[in-house]
Amino acid sequence: MTLNPQHLRRGLVLLALTVGAFISVLPFYWMVVAATHSNDELFHSPPPFVPGGHFISNIKSLESSVGFSRVMLNSLGIAVVYTLISGLISAMAGYGLAKYRFRGRGLLLALVLTTMMVPFQVLLVPLFQMMSNLGWVNTYQAVIVPFLANSFGIFLMRQAFLDFPDELIESARIDGSGDIRTFYRIVLPVVKPQLGALAIFTFMSQWNSFLWPLLMLDSQDKYTAPVALYTLVGGTHVDYSGLILGSFLATLPLMLIFFIFQKQFVSGLLGGAVKG
Amino acid sequence: MATATTAPHRGSARFVRGRTRPRIRVVHWAFAGPAAALFIVFFAYPLGASLYQSFTNDDGGTQTWAGLAQYRRMLHDPVFWKSLYNTGLLLIFQVPLMIGIALVLACVLNQSWLRFKGTWRIAFFLPSVTMLVAYAVVFRVLLKTDGGMVNQALGWFGVSPVDWLNNPVWARVSLIGTITWRWTGYNAVILLAGLQSIHREQYEAAAIDGAGAVTTFRKIVVPQLRPVILFCSITSTIGTLQLFDENFVLTKGGPDNATMTPVLYLYKVGFDQMDFSYASAIAWAVVLIIGVLSVIQFRFFGQSENTARDARKVSSGRRRR
Repeated sequence: MTLNPQHLRRGLVLLALTVGAFISVLPFYWMVVAATHSNDELFHSPPPFVPGGHFISNIKSLESSVGFSRVMLNSLGIAVVYTLISGLISAMAGYGLAKYRFRGRGLLLALVLTTMMVPFQVLLVPLFQMMSNLGWVNTYQAVIVPFLANSFGIFLMRQAFLDFPDELIESARIDGSGDIRTFYRIVLPVVKPQLGALAIFTFMSQWNSFLWPLLMLDSQDKYTAPVALYTLVGGTHVDYSGLILGSFLATLPLMLIFFIFQKQFVSGLLGGAVKG
Repeated sequence: MATATTAPHRGSARFVRGRTRPRIRVVHWAFAGPAAALFIVFFAYPLGASLYQSFTNDDGGTQTWAGLAQYRRMLHDPVFWKSLYNTGLLLIFQVPLMIGIALVLACVLNQSWLRFKGTWRIAFFLPSVTMLVAYAVVFRVLLKTDGGMVNQALGWFGVSPVDWLNNPVWARVSLIGTITWRWTGYNAVILLAGLQSIHREQYEAAAIDGAGAVTTFRKIVVPQLRPVILFCSITSTIGTLQLFDENFVLTKGGPDNATMTPVLYLYKVGFDQMDFSYASAIAWAVVLIIGVLSVIQFRFFGQSENTARDARKVSSGRRRR
């Protein structure tokens, strides 16, 4: 092979790309290394480069410090319940807004759009007061219920239903199918791809949710993963190995979803806004 | 066929049956009802309540009308101004840096000669799949002053340990680096999707005309990609204005408020100092700033209004709670 300018240029680009990918992926590898070493080994010089043998003992210490298995179940339960209910509500509202004319429809649509434009942090103080008054502080429903009406999801589903042919709904009606039955049997199956993308998107945002659960959940048996990790990092004697192991385990479900649903994942992330 | 007469085209004759049999309307509301009720209780009401509270004075739980007092207080609050200054720094340095790298990366990943494209793309996208708090935790440990991996690695090149998270300047650098690590690949994938819609022939025509890589980039890629670049800029700008998780976990806003952001300040005022009135005023200031920036972006990119709207929709979906 002769070394012409084009080869040289491509070689340099590949080199830069490799360095970039290395920086991108290295923290993941380091998480595996750190999660399987003891605290002393972790900050030893030179640091460990290959996975060690402390995985089990780190799991045990994580379990005894924050009850991590319970924490993960909390996170999972909250995210699944939230995704299912808010998905259903989004689909129903999206359908109602797209296919029916009813009094207050314009107002509701305006409300959906306003919700999208206003940052959630504005609601923080009043919602907190509301939850205290309801006696919901430190309950799962405090984390789930206030955000069940998801304007982004409603908008997405409305968009999907606008493209759904009215003729099909009308012929179902003529065949004697009621409105609700038509919705479940005929309309909903057709928008499965959009519902799937929305579910991935919703699950991820709920899994990542931090500020609100931090305010609402204050006993260890209710913690979600981000809250538990935060309390670990703030302590006086930080168990770094356990902390990194926890971070790794908390990221694992997101990575699994990514590898299983790669295609829907990217369109879910983009919210269908940019067409590739 | 009956369908042909009852539904001539979408949008005009939506189901008129409700008009002849009014009772059916209950069903119509049944679809949108739950969402409407939730919006009123958990959005409209708290929104009003927060606006009202921003005009009150919080005196040990009882609130009295105070007019613009909280807003006046904000104007003379150095911490609030510093949080805005920090956000400005991120908008000026972090956002363009990240989108610049993402753009170059997307162009490289779009090269026809590049092999294993899928693998490269996954490698760069992977950081954006991490949990927000988890990656901030990881960087906090990586950047630990004594024994942290970053300082150890620098040590191999003879660089003495840097006090990453306890020095105002380095803390900002750390925050910028951390956010850039997570979001560059994400933006690159969006930009790549945009690049793939540019036809190959355009590159070929440019190559025949003798345009080099830089000219092609400037004259073909950037103009055609403008809406997508705008999309990335707006989502990143909104994300930056609402930054909380990263700086809260990395530095708690310190040292000396060098990484304080408005939302973190709102959190501290509201839930450390329990001053709900002032916290509400800060929240509305954030709303106002996002609104003003949106208007500016709208004006600036008038022709891409749809993009701007899409971007804000996606940001709302991606919003951190």
